[in-house]
Amino acid sequence: MNCLELEKMAVTVRRDILTMICSAGSGHPGGSLSMVELLVATYCTQMHVDPKHPDAPERDRFVLSKGHAAPCYYAVLGELGFFDKAEFKNFRQLHSILQGHPDVKKVPGIDASTGSLGQGVSIAVGMALGAKAAGKNMKVYTILGDGELQEGQVCEACTAAAHYKLDNLTVMIDNNGLQIDGTNDEVMSLGNLHTRFETFGLNVIELPDGNDMQAVVYALALPTIPGKPKCILAHTTKGKGVSFMENQVSWHGRAPSAEELKVALKELGDGKIE
Amino acid sequence: MAGGISYTVDETTKLSTAEVYAKALSDLALQDPRIVVLTSDLAKSTKIGVFEERFPDRFYNVGIAEQNMFGIASGMAKCGLIPFTSCFAVFTACRGLDQVHTDICYQNLNVKMIASHAGTSFGQAGTTHHSTEDIAIMRSMANLTVIVPADGLETANAVKAAIELNGPVYIRINRGFDQIVNDGMDYGFQIGKAVQLMDGTDLTIIACGSGVFQAVQAARELAFSDGIKARVLNLHTIKPIDREAIMKAVQETRRIITVEDHTIIGGLGGAVAEIIAEGGKACAFRRLGLQDAFSPIGLHEDLMSYHKIDANGIIETTRALMKLDFEEDDNWEDEV
Repeated sequence: MNCLELEKMAVTVRRDILTMICSAGSGHPGGSLSMVELLVATYCTQMHVDPKHPDAPERDRFVLSKGHAAPCYYAVLGELGFFDKAEFKNFRQLHSILQGHPDVKKVPGIDASTGSLGQGVSIAVGMALGAKAAGKNMKVYTILGDGELQEGQVCEACTAAAHYKLDNLTVMIDNNGLQIDGTNDEVMSLGNLHTRFETFGLNVIELPDGNDMQAVVYALALPTIPGKPKCILAHTTKGKGVSFMENQVSWHGRAPSAEELKVALKELGDGKIE
Repeated sequence: MAGGISYTVDETTKLSTAEVYAKALSDLALQDPRIVVLTSDLAKSTKIGVFEERFPDRFYNVGIAEQNMFGIASGMAKCGLIPFTSCFAVFTACRGLDQVHTDICYQNLNVKMIASHAGTSFGQAGTTHHSTEDIAIMRSMANLTVIVPADGLETANAVKAAIELNGPVYIRINRGFDQIVNDGMDYGFQIGKAVQLMDGTDLTIIACGSGVFQAVQAARELAFSDGIKARVLNLHTIKPIDREAIMKAVQETRRIITVEDHTIIGGLGGAVAEIIAEGGKACAFRRLGLQDAFSPIGLHEDLMSYHKIDANGIIETTRALMKLDFEEDDNWEDEV
């Protein structure tokens, strides 16, 4: 996929996210919209996965540490054909495969069940370590929210990632600056994240605009430094793409009404590139 | 794929329970390349350091970071490996619980947790290092098998059986030496099947872990001094529980005492109580263990005595139970 196609896919994914959450009447639009470029670029330009063989043992792996952004994950997997997009309308419904947080046992293409924050990097470290132990040439990707960096386990996991020299691991931080109760700084300041992750021993690539598809694609494609895990620190906009949701903490975990959805979809357009 | 191991009492008599576990796992790892070991700076304490000597590239010491360890184990299991975590019971069932719950049990992954220093066996270290709630916590986790071996050889059997089982397993062992209960490995150990060590018709003592040896001692003493015939069941698997053996004991002995180095709430005693209550057959019943309390510190044997889960405590409770005016009606039909 070229960059224009990726951007088109990002629009489609954003439309899916909002439609899904609106039909469920609950869900997390803000953090789903902020990480669209990170996830689309990861799946479409980096990962070796096959929707027809979602469990292929040699496939690359992805862990959504910020599990509440499941709508974004489902939209990407659905658009790639891992399951029927008709499932979107069942999001969060009884017996649906699409729970509020990703479930490895239910959704083809999902590699880890998540939702309890701060745990994804450890699982990704285990996968990357397991790949090396089993002699598999497999790459592992994970996306974290910034709020969950307040969980101590993230420090444990990044320490281990550097210690084990996991150059088959890419940790992406969706730094949209907001969490449920306010801004990161209001709730619990995170300090200098670039320095923090560099101190752990990760190769930090900072993106001033993590919603710039070209920049994300470029960062993901940068060659790996042997023996170093890659960390993409992406400054993103929560609620990206919908003017009334952007940078609004209230849209962390609230569903748009049918009327709001209509306005949002109109703003997003149909994804056609002129 | 796990092959055989067979140790005699003589071979293992100088080894603590954890040392037998380390030996068994190392020998089995030679036969099964999927086995890897993780520990949280407890290679020496949990005795798994010998595995590291034999398989340095299959051994991961993640430092003092239990939550991370269980997450890593989850990821490694997803790559087809069989990770064994070697960690204190209290830091497995309490510190790492969220990760054990979500990353391992919920995803039904093939991780084996060896939880050492369980119960009050780390007695003098202090109550922060005791683990007297872990059976209750762990048996409430869906998908998880919970095993509490009585001695070193049973631990070796449990490790072997855990490898043969595809799914998460929690094996709870003590610090130091356990009194020998089994005179070999070949007594038909099977996950989910209680081992009857003594037969009797007056009451049944159901025990696990370090309580099993004490139960046998008590039963012998009761037979000798009181003429009481006690059945002793080693209920090494808490989940899946051997309902059949428990109900048979209820029907045939009408009195049950459970013995565990653990709180009486939700552990072995709680699990047995659930079976009895739903079984529809009345019986006299007592749970021995920590009576809704944290333990003081001391040597393990002194604490067993303090909590009345040693032979003397069991004998005392048995005598009291035998004196109860309990309905001895043999007609079960009217009680269903």
